[in-house]
Amino acid sequence: MKYMLMMNTMRAGAGVPAWPKNDLQAHIAFMLGLNRDLQQSGEFVQAEGLTFPSQARQVRAGKDGVPITDGVFPESKEFLAGFWIIDVETPERAYAIAGRISAAPGPGGVPLNMPIEVRPVMSAPPAEMM
Amino acid sequence: MTDAPERTRWDPASEHLLRELAPQVLGVVARRFRDFPSAEDAVQEALLAAFRQWPAEGMPENPRAWLIRVASRRMTDAVRSEIARRERESAIAEEEPAVEPPEEIEAAMDSQDTLILLFMCCHPALSASSAIALTLRAVGGLTTAEIAHAFLVPEATMAQRISRAKQSIRTSGVPFRAPTPQERGERLPAVLRVLYLIFNEGYASSIGAQLQRLDLAREAIRLARGTRTLLPDDPEVAGLLALMLLTDARRAARAGSQGEIIPLDQQNRSLWNRGEIEEGTALLTQALSSGTVGLYQLQAAIAAVHDEAVTADATDWPQILALYELLQRVAPSPVVTLNHAIAVAMVHGPAAGLQRLEALDGDERLSGHYRLDAVRAHLLERLGEIERAVQHYRAAAAGTASIPEQNYLMTQAARLEESREAHTSQPTDSEL
Repeated sequence: MKYMLMMNTMRAGAGVPAWPKNDLQAHIAFMLGLNRDLQQSGEFVQAEGLTFPSQARQVRAGKDGVPITDGVFPESKEFLAGFWIIDVETPERAYAIAGRISAAPGPGGVPLNMPIEVRPVMSAPPAEMM
Repeated sequence: MTDAPERTRWDPASEHLLRELAPQVLGVVARRFRDFPSAEDAVQEALLAAFRQWPAEGMPENPRAWLIRVASRRMTDAVRSEIARRERESAIAEEEPAVEPPEEIEAAMDSQDTLILLFMCCHPALSASSAIALTLRAVGGLTTAEIAHAFLVPEATMAQRISRAKQSIRTSGVPFRAPTPQERGERLPAVLRVLYLIFNEGYASSIGAQLQRLDLAREAIRLARGTRTLLPDDPEVAGLLALMLLTDARRAARAGSQGEIIPLDQQNRSLWNRGEIEEGTALLTQALSSGTVGLYQLQAAIAAVHDEAVTADATDWPQILALYELLQRVAPSPVVTLNHAIAVAMVHGPAAGLQRLEALDGDERLSGHYRLDAVRAHLLERLGEIERAVQHYRAAAAGTASIPEQNYLMTQAARLEESREAHTSQPTDSEL
């Protein structure tokens, strides 16, 4: 079963975190190590980090067919910072991986305890219908 | 560039031959080097070499010997790099062009080897996804890329899954030998389950927009056929093959042109594959005559009753009900109870079916599961309780993790709701 783990941690107005170098490096090493472990356990499907909100555009279809493009939406409290898609045997395993991501080290090496949203991907086969 | 196109084109027959040869070659190499995990890698490399070379250079005179030679060379190359083992292994390498045993002995060894491989790949220590991947590669002769593509994961991930599976086998210390009759009896259910899961994955996902995926259902049928050749007297092996054929027979009818689900009672039965139905029915009849009824024979028997009905109304539901009752005794599970309730409803009416479902409300394995909602919605609709049926169709749609199924369930709810509105907004005859 495939799951998407979403890290919704960005604030609309926030820039890159201004952490001390060692803390930043520890965080980066943690994320790289995580991806390597998922690859080695045969559970990795995809992982992407997303650019900062300043690069985001909101698009809507206009009445004349020309799309209307907007900049960042400051009313949004949270932005998707990145996601993982994993293929695991049980939901518990997905939660365990999400828990590990949540505890990624922040300033001073203190776990960030970020909320990680775990969503089953709609890739299950359909059952025989009556 | 100057190659004649017919020489570079890869024909399905060669591909099929390659897949058939893969487990035989692996058996020989694994036995020769007494190292299944490394031999499995070496055979995969030999297969890839064949995929690269044969279309361009033509097929070698003896494809099997070619594959054994290439795989054995890979083995000795790998082994040579381990200095500590160099002497012993180069002795084996020199032995390599030894005379092959006579053909009939060879054939007996091949089937024995394939059986050993099958039991090894479906080792109970492995997770289902690992066993499936390893079986498809080692016994099915598929490449890692093909398997990865079928399961929509990166090739590196699939390679890692297979490598870890072999690591588990290595640490479990299972020797490369035929299972004893007792081991065979204990472990055959795991083998059949892996083949069944491969089929199910392929058959179920043949609905929807995944046309480029490798046809896992056909691969599962091929593997089940092979298993039946190895264990011709086992009624459950025959039952599983029959179940696959009798289910696969309905493939062309079960989805519309947009990939939408068409339920069994609305399928165009002239699209069902008569050949598969006949083969499956014959296999099943033979298996059932052996006297030991099992899980797969019973499911195949249910599929056969559906398949032999000329119209949905002609379905022999009392017989299906009786078969589900047997199945509940042989292999009880919440899903069987769910299907049993449908059969009860078809024979004794929807109210009786709904009553059966109540027993499942307390079952933790199924409570809140979308299929319980889906079946309940179906039975409520038949009972004329439209409003509640709509609710349960929507609850089921919210719970499923399959997009075609979600579309189907949402459409059912919308259809019912519209029919109800049309019904209530129309003036009745007496009002006119």
